[in-house]
Amino acid sequence: MYFLKRLLLVPPLLLLISFLAFVLVHLAPGGPFDRDRGPASPEIERAIRAKYHLDEPVLKQYARYLGLVWEKDPHGHWRHAPASFDISLKYRNHSVTAIIAQALPVSATLGFLAFGFALGVGLPVGYFTSVRRGRWEDYAGSLFALLVICVPALVVAPLLLMIFAIHWRLFPVALWGSPWHAVLPTTALGLYFSGRVARLLQEGMLAVMPSEFITAARAKGLGENAVLLKHAFRLAVLPVVSYSGPMLADLLTGSFIIESIFQIPGLGMQLINSSLNSDYTVTVALALLYALLLILLNLLVDFAYVLLDRRVAYQ
Amino acid sequence: MRLLAGCLFAAAGCILFAGCLHHEPPADLVIINFTEPESLDPAIVTGIAEMRLTKALFEGLLRLDGTNARPSPGLAERWEISPQGTIYTFYLRSNLAWSTGEPLTTADVVYSWRRALDPATASDYAAQLFCLKNAEAFYNGKIKDPAAVGIRALDSRRLEVELEHPLAFFPDVCCMPVTAVVPRQIIDREGDRWLSARPLPVSGPYELEAWRLNDKVRLHKNPRYWDASHTQSDVVDMLPIGSPNVALNLYETGLADIVWDKDLIPVELQEVLAKRPDFHAYDYLGTYFYRFNVTRKPLDDARVRRAFALATDRERIIRKLTHGGEKAAFHFVPDGTANYQSPEGLPFDPARARQLLAEAGFPGGRGFPRLQFAFYSAASGGAKLQGDLAIELQQMWRDGLGIETELRQIERKIFMGVQSRLEFDVCASSWIADYDDANTFLDLFTSNSGNNRTGWKNAHYDQLLQAANSQTDVHQRAQLFREAESLLVTEEAPIVPVYFYTGFNYFDPAKIEGIWQNLLDEHPVQSIRRIKARQTH
Repeated sequence: MYFLKRLLLVPPLLLLISFLAFVLVHLAPGGPFDRDRGPASPEIERAIRAKYHLDEPVLKQYARYLGLVWEKDPHGHWRHAPASFDISLKYRNHSVTAIIAQALPVSATLGFLAFGFALGVGLPVGYFTSVRRGRWEDYAGSLFALLVICVPALVVAPLLLMIFAIHWRLFPVALWGSPWHAVLPTTALGLYFSGRVARLLQEGMLAVMPSEFITAARAKGLGENAVLLKHAFRLAVLPVVSYSGPMLADLLTGSFIIESIFQIPGLGMQLINSSLNSDYTVTVALALLYALLLILLNLLVDFAYVLLDRRVAYQ
Repeated sequence: MRLLAGCLFAAAGCILFAGCLHHEPPADLVIINFTEPESLDPAIVTGIAEMRLTKALFEGLLRLDGTNARPSPGLAERWEISPQGTIYTFYLRSNLAWSTGEPLTTADVVYSWRRALDPATASDYAAQLFCLKNAEAFYNGKIKDPAAVGIRALDSRRLEVELEHPLAFFPDVCCMPVTAVVPRQIIDREGDRWLSARPLPVSGPYELEAWRLNDKVRLHKNPRYWDASHTQSDVVDMLPIGSPNVALNLYETGLADIVWDKDLIPVELQEVLAKRPDFHAYDYLGTYFYRFNVTRKPLDDARVRRAFALATDRERIIRKLTHGGEKAAFHFVPDGTANYQSPEGLPFDPARARQLLAEAGFPGGRGFPRLQFAFYSAASGGAKLQGDLAIELQQMWRDGLGIETELRQIERKIFMGVQSRLEFDVCASSWIADYDDANTFLDLFTSNSGNNRTGWKNAHYDQLLQAANSQTDVHQRAQLFREAESLLVTEEAPIVPVYFYTGFNYFDPAKIEGIWQNLLDEHPVQSIRRIKARQTH
């Protein structure tokens, strides 16, 4: 019931976000047709603005965006004007849906791979640094986690490129297409998140291990592995789970830096470029997509909590 | 937890297949073509990178020769000009067909030109066709009947074009993408999305096999093109890459054969690259200059503007900053422009500059308001250069004129708006030729030009340009242009030319043939061929 209520809140929330995003992108200076070379005559400029309804008040444009405008045609009949949400102002031969349909699978692939990488590397590192507290594994793992959090992808990606793609020629320097192309970007994108995951799990484990129920489990005579994995890990991983939602939303919608460095045709590049190009409809659509992902994944995380921790219940 | 992980991995697996694996055979030729094309509709495109692509897909009556960038026969095999120079009769080739097999006739040409002139198409370059009889009136809605526009089909192969007045560079206009022939059969059905239709009928040497945003445009040889026997490569990939570093990496590791855009040269490496045999620099019809906003005081005074021009040491700029063999510009139209020789312009003469400034009431720069110099932060290779140029100019004006300027760096898109709304004092600018004729530069500063962006209006200048463009005699025409340019750079100086661009590209001449360097950076894709197999790792 609780989850159903939250789902019902999603559409009005998205509508609000779309309105805010629409108004904000229109408030930003610069328009989609401000270019190095303007049209040679003012009539041409007027025709272009009229075609994309940029000459109308923003609120009317927003209504048109949603398809809520009825207009008189040349014969004087009232006709429904088609919704403009699907028309890209920059890529005039593509629809917004087509742009997203092309870029989302690419970003999502890279995002899932990086998510897998972050958990695959971060969880073991976090686990071992906490159970081998004070030993060299702890120092090495903690240093690794700290390092990958501190050094941004902007630095990591070119380093990886230089070593693995240019010096050793093990992987392609850029582009997208085969699994080989995904290795370096996945690593560059996932490293930071693996550090965050490692530290979250480490903190979680260290907080849980002194608990009474762990002592009780040990007293019951359970093996150390069983105590740590079955009891301690289960609770300690909760911060990681709550972090997973926003992390996945972040990863799935693409990273501008990684996509630029490796020339990957994903959403991150679209989001930044569309706002730089004042491609209003694409920016708003991507903001909505990101919002939707964030809402749904957070919902999923809350749901996962119920499964992991029986003490949690939602009213 | 296990369920959740299972779901996630299943979803990841599915998407991995969808997003990661397109099995495509390698292309015969891979070209890095600069940023993603905004459109591939020849009536819509405005950027040079896009135009290179549309020229491979859609041809017009004429096309530019790849060796010297001069107009040569395209879909039309020949043309006749009436004695007054206002009526052109074009004869289409007999072997013309769309890539889908339908015959391509004069009706298609008429449709394409009328479409470019239809305000609903919203073509930026429509004004290039305003030279046709009644075309501008039709665009502005004063004439409703498209048949009144000066283009008609005499029969399926003969086409008559009537101009408002003789136009010396009309053959160059017939090479521009906006005049290319596009498929009515698809456009009527699909509207703005017509380029996604498959099969897509094309009139040029290549068919559009795939167009994935920020990924690639894949071209496939059109066997029905009239000159298909001379198309050198069957499958060509054009990669939309705006980053000079990515371009260089791909080229160096053998994943790309050609990099061709002057903005794709990493500025930091320019001096190193310039020494390599696979790096090519050549003269190019483009000018870097700065504009004054003549609607603001004291820039409304021509003496002040001339003082700035005289205090600008171009040689120092090209010696210190640009390292690609650029040439100092004292006039606006680049050297080498067809049938034209520019006036000398204002030299570097700081003493004379100070004198002019004093005459204007600012001896030693005293009492001169603080000016703002606006420039944009380029996303690609030119970013650092733009900043360095601004600092250098600021220094020159301080030393030479005693004038203080404030630098104002603006994001590119916003900068263009600032420029066209005249919200600046002085601003960095550049212009690249649309065709090889002085008019493509001088036309900018006519009173009604959308690219004037200085507030400078001069009736005499407008008259000179109009007279030049109606003139059929090459020498007299050049003389009129020279007079106009002299007004622009020597007497009135609403702009100050700084240097002429150099074009750059890199490819290994031992592996690639069919690229000739020319003033318009015109390299038809169909004449390029790889002689040696590409080495990949």
